[in-house]
Parts: sequence; structure tokens; C-alpha cells
Amino acid sequence: MKAVCQNALTCLFVSYALITATLPAHAFKAFVSNEKDNTISVIDTKSMKVIHTIKVGQRPRGIMLAKDDTWLLICTSDDNRIEVYDAKTYEFIKNLPSGPDPELFALHPSGNPLYIANEDDNIVTVVNIDTGRIIAEVPVGVEPEGMGVSPDGRYVVNTSETTNMAHFIDTKTNETVANILVDNRPRVAQFTSDGKQLWVSAEIGGTVTIIDADKKVAIHKISFAIPGINADAIQPVGIRINKAGTKAFVALGPANRIAVIDAKTFKVEKYILVGQRVWNLAFTPDEKLILTTNGTSNDVTVVDVKKQRAFKSITVGRYPWGIVIANH
Amino acid sequence: MVWEETRFIMNRAKQSGCSLSLRRLRELIVMVLTFAFTASALVAGHTIARAAPAVKGTDVISIPIVYVKEQRKRLPPLSLLDYPPDNEGIAGAELAIDDNNTTGRFLKQDFSLEMISSPKRDDLIEGVVAKAKAGVGFFVVDVSAETLLALSDALKDLPAVLFNAGAPDQNLRESECRFNVKHTAASYAMLTDSLAQYLAWKQWRKIVLVSGPQPEDKLYVQSLKRSLKRFGLKLLAEKQFEYQPGSHRTDGGYEQVQKQIPTFTQGLPEYDVLLVADEAHQFGDYFAYRTWNARPVAGTHGLYATTWHPASELWGASQFQNRFNRKAGRHMKPLDYAAWMAVRSIGEAATRTGSSDPKTLIEYMLSDNFELAAFKGQKLTYRPWNAQLRQPIFMATPKLHVTVSPQPGFLHRITVLDTLGIDQPETECTAFN
Repeated sequence: MKAVCQNALTCLFVSYALITATLPAHAFKAFVSNEKDNTISVIDTKSMKVIHTIKVGQRPRGIMLAKDDTWLLICTSDDNRIEVYDAKTYEFIKNLPSGPDPELFALHPSGNPLYIANEDDNIVTVVNIDTGRIIAEVPVGVEPEGMGVSPDGRYVVNTSETTNMAHFIDTKTNETVANILVDNRPRVAQFTSDGKQLWVSAEIGGTVTIIDADKKVAIHKISFAIPGINADAIQPVGIRINKAGTKAFVALGPANRIAVIDAKTFKVEKYILVGQRVWNLAFTPDEKLILTTNGTSNDVTVVDVKKQRAFKSITVGRYPWGIVIANH
Repeated sequence: MVWEETRFIMNRAKQSGCSLSLRRLRELIVMVLTFAFTASALVAGHTIARAAPAVKGTDVISIPIVYVKEQRKRLPPLSLLDYPPDNEGIAGAELAIDDNNTTGRFLKQDFSLEMISSPKRDDLIEGVVAKAKAGVGFFVVDVSAETLLALSDALKDLPAVLFNAGAPDQNLRESECRFNVKHTAASYAMLTDSLAQYLAWKQWRKIVLVSGPQPEDKLYVQSLKRSLKRFGLKLLAEKQFEYQPGSHRTDGGYEQVQKQIPTFTQGLPEYDVLLVADEAHQFGDYFAYRTWNARPVAGTHGLYATTWHPASELWGASQFQNRFNRKAGRHMKPLDYAAWMAVRSIGEAATRTGSSDPKTLIEYMLSDNFELAAFKGQKLTYRPWNAQLRQPIFMATPKLHVTVSPQPGFLHRITVLDTLGIDQPETECTAFN
């Protein structure tokens, strides 16, 4: 009896050591916007714990880092502005104008300006984040939401939820130069790191459209099928593509899973079960982990990218929406 | 040109430091300028600093839509809050025209709306046929069931389709279904099934029913009885409510009602829920909190089924509600929503086919590819056997939704939305075979 116990104990100890040994040694800070709680949960990716909660304005959704990950920018949609916090001390820095009802935004790779989708007004507002001035307003389709910026800074893409289009905006002239029809209710627009492709998720359409960023035409459409899950529940939202451009991960909403896609062949390799109503996701800077925001289970799931396995859930605030992970 | 100048002024003003008031000012100027400004589709977006290229009028294709309203005499409702606004229905269609045109301006399609309104059926038929002969393919109608069938007959040989936005009559989806009629309004069966599913989920199975004398009340009761049976609820007793319409307009009156309702409900057997069938809004609102037993009221009043609730913020509806409130100056009603869905269906078909030809669009809307996003959390499609739009349905109180049917646990081979209403294997409709 004792021998068995001892062996079991050793096994447990060795397994624990192995598991912890394969966990990344780096601690990064993940910032999660909690739409209903009006807070940001700060997670340490080494301890996998919420280490701080920042009280912010009303209905925080879109979230990003700027100025070398030292500024945390949040779209506080019901306050009709962008709030800026210090990503290290969590102190409030300033507000930026955003136009009404900002949901998502994208920062020009040079660090300025900021392009914001105004969901209520059918425009994209362009803002200088240093001076806080509105530079331009670009009319787009009905209910603009998704914002993506090309790595070379040449185009900003905005998706319109009711118009069902992805609009390419030339950042030099602030004019829309191409309007590409996608499937119903497009949410997120994400460029590959080489700028050659734009991936757009259609929440109600249930697909992800791949657009050739040079020719500005759709070249492929990815559909999803999960055994035992009603097709209507598969609602793609968040998209993240690794820097090498080999793997893409798509959050599938009420299907409660993220899809792992071979970014070269566009084939879906695997579905990983996470929390409920998963909308957005983010890589840690070393791309070893992905963290997902699960809106209706109020938690964040941590996924090991190499093993393609979810291994931890972290409770955050109510209706976690957006997530961004800092390199510190 | 005027638009660009307005934006230029707005931007300059913004740069000088004002923000919130500018938005109001902009809206005011837009309103004023709209009178003098004929809308044309735009091909590319604007910049602030220079004029955008003017639209080329010749290669913009037109898609005209007609809204048809049958003016009907109705008894004044019990609650002041239930008086139908003059623009009920058409306001929803107007918003959808705007939404369609925001896409249309990128695809060189221009949607327009006209209205035909009359108390006389013959006038409506004459007007609709004239428009159809002139090339209009799409009519969104708020008419009685009989008028709808008459319109359908009149349009029989023309490439046109009628969208029923207002009539819940079951026969229109069953024995009297027509190939040139689509329904964005929910049928009685869908509404009563939504209620019955929730009552089943709650395990409130013992039901009593109080029904009114109007023909619509009887149609509702017929549907309700079918739903109760279908979902395993027990109808223990039924009573007819008699009333003199108009007598509730007196200054007093609650003292009598306060005694009348308990007396009326005193003899009923032990029940879980009292259902009222009062489509005419003449007595249903009297029952909640006045019955002999302390039990909830549901049906046409109390907890009621509706395709749209003005307080819904589910599935991204906030922006939709705001756009409607700003445009119409009031909250959205189910008739507005049904009209919006009809006009958006046409827009969606035009977007996906790139065509304005009514035959092409009608065909697309009948195909498997058609789907509509309508703030209900999943794509909405038309049932292939009778062209009824499938949709989740709210169970609500006047202030807020309580739940959305279909309820969890009710399964279906093809889609759970078909657990609401009469399903394909049971249908009497053969017009689409």
C-alpha cells in the first residue's frame, strides 16, 4: 500500500515538475476589458492570476497598447471617449476624443494617429493621440466595428456590421478606396504580419473571408463545422494570426471554441473548447500562449499554443470583451 | 458639394475645440440641407479638405419599394401607451431604406420608398397593380388578411412580391398561402408556441383562459389551444369576458374594475397562470394584480410574445434602437421591425446578386443562400414551404424582455426556430412545392 502511494506521489511530483517546467518562464501582463463591470482586469501570465483591477469609464470594449506598451487605451463606449491609462502604474493619464460610441480602434504602426469606429454614426474618426485633436472623419457603412491597419501603415480597414463590407481606407488621403462585400455581420479585420492578406470574420454569416490586400479581392472563405454543435451557434469574431503567418486562431462565439487554422492552406485543424461566448483572443508576446475572453462565463481561458490545449481558466469581471497583452 | 462644405465647416469648428454641441449642430444643418439636397449614390468616401467626385447619375440603378397601409377602424386601446402612431410600420421601412442605401452607395444601387394608404380595399388594389405594372417588384403591406389575399390575387401574373408585415393570421401561412407572399410578421402559432414553451420550461402547467369576443381574439384562442396541447399544458377552464367598449374612458372606473376582476375570477379552479386573449386591447390590461388568486397573467397582456421589444439591447441592438429612435422620434414597435426586415431582405438580395431586377431578387430570396442579420443573434431565413421568416421571439413585459423563445431543451432536426409555429411535416401549404 505504502509503495503504491509513494509511487503515485512521485508520479504526481514528477508530472507537476514537468508541467511547470513547460510553462513559459516569462510573465506578461494581460489587460481584459469587462464590458458590464466597467473595469479592466490585469492578469499576470506567469502566476495566472488577476493581480489588479482598474476602474474605468462606462462599457469598456476595444482595448490596445501604445507607445511601446506603456499606454493602455480603452474605448469606453457609453462615455463616448477613449481613456488612456499608464500600463505599468495603472494610473489615469488622459481622455481622447473618439466620436460617439467607439467600439474598436486601430493604431497606425508609426504610433499615430488612432482610427476609431463609431458604431452609432457610420463614421471612422481619426485622432492624434498626442495632441488629442480629431484629424478627420471618414464615412463608412452602417454600424462600423472592426478596425485593422496594414503593417506598412498604408491602409486602415473598417468593417460595417449591417452593410456587410470591409472598407479599405487610404491613410494618406483618408478616403475609402475599396469596398469588399463579405458575409453577414462582419466583426474583426486582421492583417497578416506580411501585409499580404486581410482576414475578416462574419459573425452571423459564420465564415472568415480572406482578402488579397493588394488586389483587394476576396480569395477564400473558411467555413466551420463542429460535430454536435448547431451551425447557427458558430459565430466567428476575434482573429489572431501568428507572426510567421503559419497559424491562425479564430474565436467562435457561442460555439464556445476557438478554431486552429493552417494559415497557408486555410484548413481548420482543430477546435479547442474554451469558455462561453468566446469573442476575442490574444497571443502572449512570445506566442507561446493564447488567452481568450469568454463573455458569458466571465472568465479568460489560457491555451498552450504548441500543444493546442486549454489548460486554465481565470475568473475576471462580468462580460469580458477585449484583451491585449503587454511585453512587460 | 454642399455636403462636403458642411463637413469642412464642421471639421474646422471641431479643430477649434468644441466637441459635443457640434454633433447636434451638424444634425441640424443636415436636416435643413436635406430639403434642398437631392440624394444621389456616392461611389467613394469623402475627405474633409477637398470635394469628392460627384456621383454619376446614369449608372446608378434604382430599386423602388412601396409601403401599403390599409387604414382600419380600431377600438381605442385601454392604455394610452398603446395608441398606434401614425407612422407605425412605415418608419421601420424608412430606416431600412437608409440602411440599404448606405451599402447601396458603394454598389451603385439606390433604394426608394413610396406609400399607398387608404381605408378602401379597392383603392389599394388599384394603386398596387398600377405600381406593379410600372415595374415596382416589392410591396411591404400592413393590411387585413382578406385584403392581403385580394392583393396577392391581383398581382398573380406580375413579377412582384408582397411582404406581410402586420397580419398574424394562420391561414395566410397554411391553407391560403401564396407564392407571391412572404411573411416577416410572426404567425399566431409562432407567438403562442413561444409562450407555451416558456410556461412548459417554468413548469407552470395548469392554465385558465379568459377570452374576448372579437374575431381576432378567437383566432388567438384557437392558436393558443393548439400550443397548450402541443407543449403538454393543461387548460382547466375557460371564460368569456364581456365588455362595453368605451366605458373605460370615464374619469373614475378603477374602483369598479378592482371589484369586478376578482369576482370574475373567483370561481376558477386552482391554476398556475391565467391567460388572456384580448387582441383588441379592451380588457387584458385589467387582469394583472387584480385576479382572485395571486397568480401571473400572460397571453396578449401581462407576459406577452413579441417579435421586437423597444428595450432590447441583445445582440448588438442598441445601435439599431438608437438609429430608429433618432429617425422616428419614438420607440420601435413590432410592425416597424417587420417592415424593416422586409425592406432589408430586398436590400440583402440586391447586395448579394448585384441586381435590381425584381425576378432575380425574388428568386434569390427563395433560394437556400438567402440569410438576414436582424439583431436576433443568428441568421434569419424564410421557411421554404411557406415563406414565413423564422425568428427567435421575445417573451416580455412592457418594460423589458423576460426570455427569448425557443426555450432550451426543445429540439429540432433542422433548426430549433421551427419549434415555433406550424412545421413543415404538418403544413397545409403547397404553393411553394
